Amino acid sequence: MVTQEKPKETLSSVTIRFVGDSGDGMQLTGTQFTNTSALFGNDTSTYPNFPAEIRAPQGTLAGVSGFQIHFSSNNIHTAGDHLDVLVAMNPAAFKTNINDLRQNGILIINEDAFSASNLKKAGFKEDEDVFSKYLNKFRIYKVPITKMTLGALDGLDMMAKAKERCKNMFALGLTYWIYSRSLDPTLEWLESKFGKKPDLFESNVRALKAGYNYGNTTEIFQNTYEVPKAKIVPGVYRNITGNQAISLGFVAASELVGKPLFIGSYPITPATEILQELSMYKNFGVKTFQAEDEIAGIGSAIGAAFAGQLAITTTSGPGIALKSEFMNLAVITELPVVIADIQRGGPSTGLPTKTEQTDLLQVLYGRNGESPIPVVAARSPSDCFLAAIEACRIAIEYMTPVVILSDTQIAIGSEPWKLPDLETLKPIHTRIHEDIDTFAPYRRNDDLARQWALPGTPGCEHTIGGLEKENITGKVNLSAEVHEEMVKIRAAKVKGIADKLPPLEVYGEQSGDLLFLGWGSTYGAIRTAADELLASGYKVGQVHLRHINPLPNDLGEIFSRFKHIVVPELNSGQLLMILRAKFLIDIKGINQVNTKPFAVSDLVSRAKELIGDK
Amino acid sequence: MTQSQELTKADFVSEGDVKWCPGCGDYAILSSVQTVLPTLGIPKEKFCFVSGIGCSSRFPYYMDTYGFHTIHGRAPTVASGVKMANPDLSVWVVTGDGDGLSIGANHTVHMIRRNMDLKVLLFNNRIYGLTKGQYSPTSEKGKVTKTSVYGSIDNPLNPVAFAIASGATFAARTNAANPKHMQEILKAAADHKGTAFVEILQNCNIFNDGAFAKYLDKETKAEENLILEEGKPLLFNNDTQGIVMSLEGSHPSLIVEEVNATDTSVSVTGKKFLVHDPKNEDHTLSYLISQLGVSLEATPTAMGVLRAVRKPTYDEVLYEQEAQAKAQRGVGILKKLIYSSDTWTVTEESEAAGV
Repeated sequence: MVTQEKPKETLSSVTIRFVGDSGDGMQLTGTQFTNTSALFGNDTSTYPNFPAEIRAPQGTLAGVSGFQIHFSSNNIHTAGDHLDVLVAMNPAAFKTNINDLRQNGILIINEDAFSASNLKKAGFKEDEDVFSKYLNKFRIYKVPITKMTLGALDGLDMMAKAKERCKNMFALGLTYWIYSRSLDPTLEWLESKFGKKPDLFESNVRALKAGYNYGNTTEIFQNTYEVPKAKIVPGVYRNITGNQAISLGFVAASELVGKPLFIGSYPITPATEILQELSMYKNFGVKTFQAEDEIAGIGSAIGAAFAGQLAITTTSGPGIALKSEFMNLAVITELPVVIADIQRGGPSTGLPTKTEQTDLLQVLYGRNGESPIPVVAARSPSDCFLAAIEACRIAIEYMTPVVILSDTQIAIGSEPWKLPDLETLKPIHTRIHEDIDTFAPYRRNDDLARQWALPGTPGCEHTIGGLEKENITGKVNLSAEVHEEMVKIRAAKVKGIADKLPPLEVYGEQSGDLLFLGWGSTYGAIRTAADELLASGYKVGQVHLRHINPLPNDLGEIFSRFKHIVVPELNSGQLLMILRAKFLIDIKGINQVNTKPFAVSDLVSRAKELIGDK
Repeated sequence: MTQSQELTKADFVSEGDVKWCPGCGDYAILSSVQTVLPTLGIPKEKFCFVSGIGCSSRFPYYMDTYGFHTIHGRAPTVASGVKMANPDLSVWVVTGDGDGLSIGANHTVHMIRRNMDLKVLLFNNRIYGLTKGQYSPTSEKGKVTKTSVYGSIDNPLNPVAFAIASGATFAARTNAANPKHMQEILKAAADHKGTAFVEILQNCNIFNDGAFAKYLDKETKAEENLILEEGKPLLFNNDTQGIVMSLEGSHPSLIVEEVNATDTSVSVTGKKFLVHDPKNEDHTLSYLISQLGVSLEATPTAMGVLRAVRKPTYDEVLYEQEAQAKAQRGVGILKKLIYSSDTWTVTEESEAAGV
């Protein structure tokens, strides 16, 4: 491709958001930009944002779908606070996203979509000049994307509607030109996707190239930009979402345990992809059971666990509510079941496609009786892999149900993943028991994990169930003494998990003015905030919890080294409440429940306020 | 504990005391199951009994086999998990009219439509016993109980009809007070591959005594029981009456007609009276027979195997698919899977180069 010489400016970091109708192919556009940037060597972080409706009426505010990508020559941990570029395919997309564009940012709009009727659908006046008040604020590029796309496809024997659908490729090509990206990865992808459909292949390729050439030949863009490769730890990388990584983690755990993987689940946003992903892995011996409801999902998993498989169930908050009774059955029968809760906005059906960390207290306490369940949390998309393995390890080695928490942001967000050295993953030891002479269903090892005698094992026949039972023999016994003893044993078993955890890692300063303590998807924003504060000379540290129940034993000692402890959470202070109750110190929260990830700038300014004069 | 050793009834009796009320119909069911299991040629350790909540669901504690007393209504889900994890096991679901048809009706439907290879014993006493006497989904309309002081206004459910309508490959009805018949049916259920649904009429002598007395009283027994036998005409009342198909208008129904000794078209050839054909692919007739005596009044109630057809079971197909996937794609290798998407390599040099 001939490139005319235009000035090239080097940037360290750029955030782009593609927004359009939910049928405009924005997710695909964003994914392609991400892969191309990752293959080029940038560090990337993405955050898709789409409506709960599959296809809300065209052109309306409810139907706006977006994909945000942050790519950089530095190591990055978030999808970016503010946009450098907003590509808006219609007035509704423009209206709902324009406030996130930074001062002097680039706004590219599809001029052809700003018709009177589309303006009206977005709640503007039919003849309103919607850009007038932004002329001095942003660099605005009105591009006739639809017209140019149709022009590029002239002569192809396709319906006009089908041609118009290629306009996302035009937009993609244009942004590739602005950021000096190669078209090759997307061309290869189009070949693999549409290789057998010549019309679709040809039309998408033409639209992509037309967008690129438009940037190259027109006079409206003054310069192009370059975001150099990031300095990344050597290794083999792939791009991965949290739901993919958690699925692979479960398959890996199954190999480490030496037992086949069983997943009993019911589709629910945003956890569904895990069931979909795992259903492809039958050749790994993975059994996927799409149950009739949430309850049957976990019920079948508990049955599979009783019969000796690595059993999991996947869901979101509303599903946890339905599974609670069965979670308790797994507590009292002490069976290894992993419950993955991919959190979303609540209460009730709430906000199915938005992110929150509001299920923590639900998974810790939302059951009858005293019902301790270990809880682990994943911090980023790729981290879901190791978090899933850790959840399975605790379940199998301690004979207990375990909850693993993820959330929408992690589940559908993506980042480059440095592929792990599988040989370094430690085997997971089961409590499988086959010796008749030493068998008793509730006989325990030093970790208080009971024996796991599988149906089919001669001489170890026994019955378990939801009634209170004696230790060792497992016989039903509802007496006061036995109940109290068993309540204590179940609690001690879960508490004891902390005794074998590695020491916590404190990032940044090891003592000082302020410690950020977080869990889950807030990791990236907190890390970036900590880095900014450290760079300006503030004495801050960061601890990010993998284990929330039990809490690590060294947490209290770490707290004692910092003047302020701050817990940022995307809820109204759930971990905060637990920590204040447990440690009786004045820990502060930074809380936000507005469906959005934390903005780094908010965390930084709140921390500065607390620290005061440094 | 291997198959070569002869198992006896005593091998299946657990140590603990049985805690049902004296005189409860459940004792006879327990004893019959313990009698039938040793005859099946299955090693003892391969049996697994899974139950929900209710009087019936205490059953696994009294069996010296693997057992799981789960939560209310959910036994089919746990049993399905056990069976999918280890299809070698003979997995039995023990449930009741409240457990299996009220709180757990959803799971019962789905277990049956999948044809999961499970033996299902539904104890029907038409009452909630463990909570001390409230009407159940099989209680008759108008029944006065602690929660239906003015008489129940619920329409009762017919368990066997429910099973057949859900696509059951095996559905049967028997009576706990008739151990010989019950044992035949239990054996047939055990031998069936697929969901084998057995409704066992069972007396609750505390909260619903005499619910099924008409099937036992000397006076009424002969005219109230229609004993089904494959290939035999549907005759009852000492072969003095039989069931014929009536097609008034377009409405098919079953009615009772007298057997006339001089009528040459009768019985053996079964031209007039229906001949029992539980293996027919079509379940329409089995469904109609299930209505006899329950929804169709003034007719006897069908006892025996109403339906028994062989179809692929869920667990069979699950493992077939797995074998096919392994054959087509090769046994999965984790490293390959993890490296399966677009990957790129960052080397020391490219880091140093850094553009």
